[in-house]
Amino acid sequence: MDMRSPLGRVRGLGSTKDGVAHWWAQRVTAVALVPLTLWFVVSVVSLVGADYAAYKAWVGIQGNVVLLVLLIVTLFHHTQLGLQVIIEDYVHGEAAKVASLMAIKFTVVLLGASCVLAVLRVSFGT
Amino acid sequence: MVEFTLPANSKVGKGQTYGAGPGATRVRRFRVYRYDPDSGENPRLDTFDLDLDRCGPMVLDALIKIKDEVDTTLAFRRSCREGVCGSCAFNIDGTNTLACIKPIADIKGDVRIYPLPHLPVVKDLVADLSLSYAQYASVKPWMQADTPPPTHERLQSPEERAKLDGLWECILCFCCQTSCPSYWWNPERYLGPAVLLQAHRWIVDSRDEATGQRLDELDDSFKLYRCHTIMNCTNACPKGLNPGKAIGEIKSALARRR
Repeated sequence: MDMRSPLGRVRGLGSTKDGVAHWWAQRVTAVALVPLTLWFVVSVVSLVGADYAAYKAWVGIQGNVVLLVLLIVTLFHHTQLGLQVIIEDYVHGEAAKVASLMAIKFTVVLLGASCVLAVLRVSFGT
Repeated sequence: MVEFTLPANSKVGKGQTYGAGPGATRVRRFRVYRYDPDSGENPRLDTFDLDLDRCGPMVLDALIKIKDEVDTTLAFRRSCREGVCGSCAFNIDGTNTLACIKPIADIKGDVRIYPLPHLPVVKDLVADLSLSYAQYASVKPWMQADTPPPTHERLQSPEERAKLDGLWECILCFCCQTSCPSYWWNPERYLGPAVLLQAHRWIVDSRDEATGQRLDELDDSFKLYRCHTIMNCTNACPKGLNPGKAIGEIKSALARRR
């Protein structure tokens, strides 16, 4: 039974003093994704119907592989930031919350690393 | 975990119906949420037919008429009856607003009146706002200054004073606060739009010297950043204020000082 005063409950454990960092990171990644996504869509459209060799040649260009890796890292970082907010909004059991937040982080890192590795293999592979 | 269904005691049942009486000319139907914790019964929705020719123009007039002439056990808060005290905030026709300045004529169909959403109900239309009041107290809604008080008033330029417009008019009715889904989900940790608008009122006050500490306290992923700009707050405010904008300005102040 909660016998604390409303003010005590509301003050709780106090301010974490780091809310703005998450919010700002979400904005920065969102802004970065605008040109990266546009570039990616235009590139893919211009390669429609091309064979593996054409794609491989495209990924072999240094500028393309840099932008592609940046797109993947930014996209998965942004995804993680957004999903974290959804979990914090809706999941209230402490154990379930921590477990889902960790699961999301691990999954995103795993998927991101796999994508980056795949791009690098195609780019640098023979 | 997430709750998808209402607790058993939240299910609203069918209540009693009270007719408008003989000779009624312009009848309007009011459906009012009733709950009596002492009865041990679930809430119910009572139906009152009123003759608008013998009733004032506002929703509050109808509630007062019901309490005076039909069912004296109906409980609701009201005081000023002109939109300055913030007591008669209810969920009317699906939107939180003040009953005293909501014309009955503005509502199509039955007039549905519920207490402010997602709060414990004390009785009928009286909701328990203790948590929101405590949240208001937690942002220290008073002037904080270390400079010794001058012999005259603390002066402000007209431009500095203008920054308080759109904020000082808030009457703390909590229509915005209780319309916010983010506040429904995290009422204990998210301060809510009404309290954040008030916090902003002191952050932008040129006479206050605790701006930094105030921002420190709000720099929290729950206290402030649960706002996802849903904007129900601004939509609900019966005074036409914009809590969503005030919250945005707090966020931009925090970003500016990074």
